[in-house]
Amino acid sequence: MLVLALLGGVVVSLLHGAWPALAHFKFGFLTREIWNPVTDEFGALAPIYGTLMTSLIAMLLAVPLGFGIAVFLTELCPGWLKRPVGVAIELLAAVPSIIFGIWGLFVLAPILQRHVQPWLIEHVGSLPGIGRLFQGPPFGIGVLSAGLVLAIMVLPFVAAVTRDVFETVPDVLKESGYGLGATTWEVIWQVIVPYSRVGMVGGIMLGLGRALGETMAVTFVIGNAHRVSASLLAPGTTISATIANEFTEAVGDLYTSSLVALGVLLFLITFTVIAAARFMLLRLDRRALSSA
Amino acid sequence: MTRRHLRKVGNAVALSLSIVATLVGLACLGAILWTLIARGVAGLSVQLFTQMTPPPGSQGGLLNAIYGSVVMTVVGIFIGAPVGILAGTYLAEYGRWSRLSAVIRFVNDVLLSAPSIIVGLFVYEVLVVRMGHFSALAGAVALAIIAVPVTVRTTEDMLRLVPQSMKDASTALGAYPWRTITSIVYPAARSGIVTGLLLAIARVSGETAPLLFTALNNQFWSKNMNAPMANLPVVIFQFALSPYKDWQQLAWSGALLITLAILTLSIIARLIVSALPGGKAGR
Repeated sequence: MLVLALLGGVVVSLLHGAWPALAHFKFGFLTREIWNPVTDEFGALAPIYGTLMTSLIAMLLAVPLGFGIAVFLTELCPGWLKRPVGVAIELLAAVPSIIFGIWGLFVLAPILQRHVQPWLIEHVGSLPGIGRLFQGPPFGIGVLSAGLVLAIMVLPFVAAVTRDVFETVPDVLKESGYGLGATTWEVIWQVIVPYSRVGMVGGIMLGLGRALGETMAVTFVIGNAHRVSASLLAPGTTISATIANEFTEAVGDLYTSSLVALGVLLFLITFTVIAAARFMLLRLDRRALSSA
Repeated sequence: MTRRHLRKVGNAVALSLSIVATLVGLACLGAILWTLIARGVAGLSVQLFTQMTPPPGSQGGLLNAIYGSVVMTVVGIFIGAPVGILAGTYLAEYGRWSRLSAVIRFVNDVLLSAPSIIVGLFVYEVLVVRMGHFSALAGAVALAIIAVPVTVRTTEDMLRLVPQSMKDASTALGAYPWRTITSIVYPAARSGIVTGLLLAIARVSGETAPLLFTALNNQFWSKNMNAPMANLPVVIFQFALSPYKDWQQLAWSGALLITLAILTLSIIARLIVSALPGGKAGR
């Protein structure tokens, strides 16, 4: 009961706090790039863009990696190695996000700035099309770095869920695949993956929900610049980083209220993603129950 | 090349890629731990545990921050754990199949993965604005809200592991449901519930975002629950972003402390779970 009330309370109080800003800017709040505390003008476009972009990068990197880890753990790994590797990956999930942030800022960002980004600018930046994503000076911190740190954070979630789903595949199915002369990869791709697709998507969405809402790790490395720039190397901002950085120093009702309104947006986005993920996993559970 | 060869090569490529993926994942964990230890150990000293956070340029430790973190975590768990355990009991015992518990379970799962900064905003709106100032109490409440879904989930999972026949035996002896639950089910599931609490503590003590605008921070020793209080994560956040070398060093040491504490807790929790009959169900 209380749990239910808690969620209701969160929604109501956030809406209450955000109301002045939403009423003042109407739909313009969603589409404007400007963020100027001095003149009391706020628009959410830059944080929304940053949130979606960093999460997109994170998922592009984490999904294939997580898939690979799950394949390794369920199909390839010798039994004695299974537990230590699995536990190590799960421990990665237990590391608090602020640690990822501080690591990203002091270790990852300098490496990116000195070695990776100059190369990207020189070689990929001149290509037509995707080249626009990799232009400008190498700051080290920025949307790309934030995406990378998020990818590392999300990785254990994707890997763990995918592994669990893979393990629900009945052995009979795999054995009949091998019996027909399929290679290991063909069994994985044509038997296991189709069977566990719903669960995998659910796991990926859970990871996505985590990436969207992540605060501290991103705040450290994104650079906190309120603009939308084509280049991934430029500093940007996300919804959660904006709130974390500016909330304690926000003066004026409209400023505070705008930040809370950002919170509402974030809540809506993550709620949709998480609810969809849970729904899919729930369907999977039911299928497992009925087949058992 | 024949088709047979192609298939073999494709197989080898795909499988080696998956091994590479695993190595990358392990390398990340290794790199993070290694940097933490390399940079954090340099600042480990007795001072760290006996002195307050310093102004830039002078010596100091993290005593007030450690104290604040421990106090807020303990209070948060004390508020959150009973609610979580009771709700978990309801889900597992009383309302196992009802529609309402399906809804609660769903909402609980959503809360479990909701961004923690949202929780911070909520507590700010409800407590900080009403009380008119930041306080350690608000921080503890925020942590409690984060701890609740974790405990609900683990409690429910653990109580379900208790064999139905034991409960039936108790009922057959004429015990009321509450009697069955308190004297049969809880003792049987005790280690599982403790694990859940440990996991909740591990989760909560690393949280930064909700504390930023509830407990705020405090340079000094403070025992007053009604006033802003220092805490490790926020101190790490502020010190790491500061330009002063000695503050950054403190941030690294703090980060090492907090990570070690959390990893130890999760490993203990894991050991308890694997010692349980029925094995992996609590993960």
